[in-house]
Amino acid sequence: MLENLFVGVADWLRSLLGGIGFLPVEIAESIVFLVKLVAILVFILINALWLVYMERKIAAYMQARIGPNRVGPKGLLQTTADIGKLLCKEIVIPKNADLVVFLLAPVLIFVPTLMVFAVIPLGKNMAALDMNIGLFYLLAIASVSTLFFWMAGWSSNNKYSLVGSMRVVAQMVSYELPLVLSLLGVIMIVGSLKMSDIIAAQNSVWFIFTQPIAFLIYFIAAVAETNRTPFCLVEGESEIIAGPYTEYGGMAFAMFFLAEYANIMVICAVTTIVFLGGWHAPLGLTFIPSWVWFFLKMYALIFVVMWFRWTFPRIRVDQLMGFGWKVLVPLSLANIFVTGIGMYIYRAIGW
Amino acid sequence: MLKTQEYCLNFGPQHPATHGVFQVILTLDGEKIVKAEPVCGYLHRGIEKLAEARTYTQVIPYTDRMDYLAAMLQNLGYVQAVEKLMGIEVPERAEYLRIISGELSRLTSHVLGTGVYALDIGGFTGFLLCFREREKMMDLLEELTGSRMTLSYARIGGVADDAPEGWLEKVDRLMDEMPGYIEEYNGLITGNEIFQARTKFVGELTPETAVNYSLSGPVLRASGVNYDLRKNMPYGIYDRFDFEVPLGTNGDCFDRFYCRVREMEQSVRIIKQAIEQIKEVDGPVMGKVPKVLKPPKGEVYHEIESSKGIIGYYVASDGSNKPYRVHVRRPSFVNLGYLDEMVRGVLIADLVAILGSIDIVLGEVDC
Repeated sequence: MLENLFVGVADWLRSLLGGIGFLPVEIAESIVFLVKLVAILVFILINALWLVYMERKIAAYMQARIGPNRVGPKGLLQTTADIGKLLCKEIVIPKNADLVVFLLAPVLIFVPTLMVFAVIPLGKNMAALDMNIGLFYLLAIASVSTLFFWMAGWSSNNKYSLVGSMRVVAQMVSYELPLVLSLLGVIMIVGSLKMSDIIAAQNSVWFIFTQPIAFLIYFIAAVAETNRTPFCLVEGESEIIAGPYTEYGGMAFAMFFLAEYANIMVICAVTTIVFLGGWHAPLGLTFIPSWVWFFLKMYALIFVVMWFRWTFPRIRVDQLMGFGWKVLVPLSLANIFVTGIGMYIYRAIGW
Repeated sequence: MLKTQEYCLNFGPQHPATHGVFQVILTLDGEKIVKAEPVCGYLHRGIEKLAEARTYTQVIPYTDRMDYLAAMLQNLGYVQAVEKLMGIEVPERAEYLRIISGELSRLTSHVLGTGVYALDIGGFTGFLLCFREREKMMDLLEELTGSRMTLSYARIGGVADDAPEGWLEKVDRLMDEMPGYIEEYNGLITGNEIFQARTKFVGELTPETAVNYSLSGPVLRASGVNYDLRKNMPYGIYDRFDFEVPLGTNGDCFDRFYCRVREMEQSVRIIKQAIEQIKEVDGPVMGKVPKVLKPPKGEVYHEIESSKGIIGYYVASDGSNKPYRVHVRRPSFVNLGYLDEMVRGVLIADLVAILGSIDIVLGEVDC
């Protein structure tokens, strides 16, 4: 019963709107669709706020201290206090900064992240828009976010920001390739780019067991894409302060900050869908609804990403490029090759 | 036509990775450093000039504030220089207390150097774990001297006060736990592959260059030169203790860092031996010193091994109760001399790694 909670709400809304006699079917459908998108937006933004708190608490416990514990019970309202403070701050515009680009960058930074969530199935039959090129759409939109980091650094009249944004472009472009190539192995096995097909193909064995190397490559490339440690040289605090975000204050900074956490959610969601079986229940525990399973798996991966941040030091820019191009790309190509041969043998034997 | 241009970046006085207010004016080609011009003096407080208007005992708190991380060792150098000038004998118990608090100061300095180096390279957790230990040591030093960081514990002729009840047992207990903590640092920081990739073969220093530029301390010993004043020219009662001098092989950032970690282990050894030996020694902690100190006319130069390198005190007296001239040969200042040439051709991230591995303290660089 709990399983179809959200699907049930959508159906109820559809029937409610259908009951109003003069409303044509298309308008009722689009209203239901709009409600779905607003619900997803609220989900992402509330999660981003929660992730800020979670990161600070996890960091604190790994560092032998407590973390936020004053604002609200157990410090839960810390993020609200932070956002409140940032809303009241002045966005200082540096002299000779390119005004339009400077102000557009934080506005647009959320756009790719939110667009991507339209195709992600958060549970059984719960994707807002189940396109048959779902994965392709996701990868294409996610790579556009490079542009907005570059805009932020270029338009602030600051050499540190410039160095930071050039690093961002180099890093994100180099790690797009292993990201995409590692997913190709999975797509070859499934035979389709539709997200629900990829999940349906995992109802017996998850792809993390049949494509372990692709999982590792994808996870590492995804951590590099979101500029998290060990690849956080964009905001390599002890070298170039905050890189492209150095000149931003107040709500503009909050936008970049929250967008980073929303991006982490995106990559963990995609990893869950492609490698960890999406909303499938492991070990047949189907009494827990599918959307709860998706949520738990996504959060387990987010915890691992945060664990990385507070354990590893930062990698240097030339080592990062070397690692991306000389190690990950050949490995992912080898993975595709081996998958192809494996599939051919599999079919030839007739399993 | 496409062309590249060198640009000037101010690795300015306000920067999280320069260990204080230190400026390096960089000329960069892309991310490679073409020229680095260090500019120091932002923390200059005129300690040497101030010392000329204070009595000999009043100069001791000023020496704390130069290398504020290893305050006891600074005090020790100055006080031993004046004792050499006046020919004062220091009682046994005072010598032992000086050694224990001096090596504790060396430990706090190295622990901080390790943690802050981890922070510079990007591993925040290492920084906080190291500070956890530093807090424990500073609590002990506060019990002994009344102050956490700027100790002013040594006096001309001895130390200020005897150790309180139970203090030596507390130090003993902490020294028993230290090897476990050092294992933790090795696991998290030293053994980490990314850390090693960032620091190995970066900023290599040959032994000849190190000797020619008068470098000292872990920076010199990491290049393989076996020169530690505690062994080569023992002062105080250092010849009664059995400890090793860790040496490096390549002289790169990793070796400098690892020498400090191993020196921490040796300091623990020295403190444990001192605690064993002080149990049999009882007596005053202050020697026979006149109330008003008027050293005979003359000058003296005395060097000791501080945590950053060799610190030397030159004290010139004209017979009155105030020194005529106090000059300090500061190890951080001298160790920075080679910075410009060492960072030519490396990336900005390497500059941070190299600066952190030299382990400077701006209070000492600027005096």
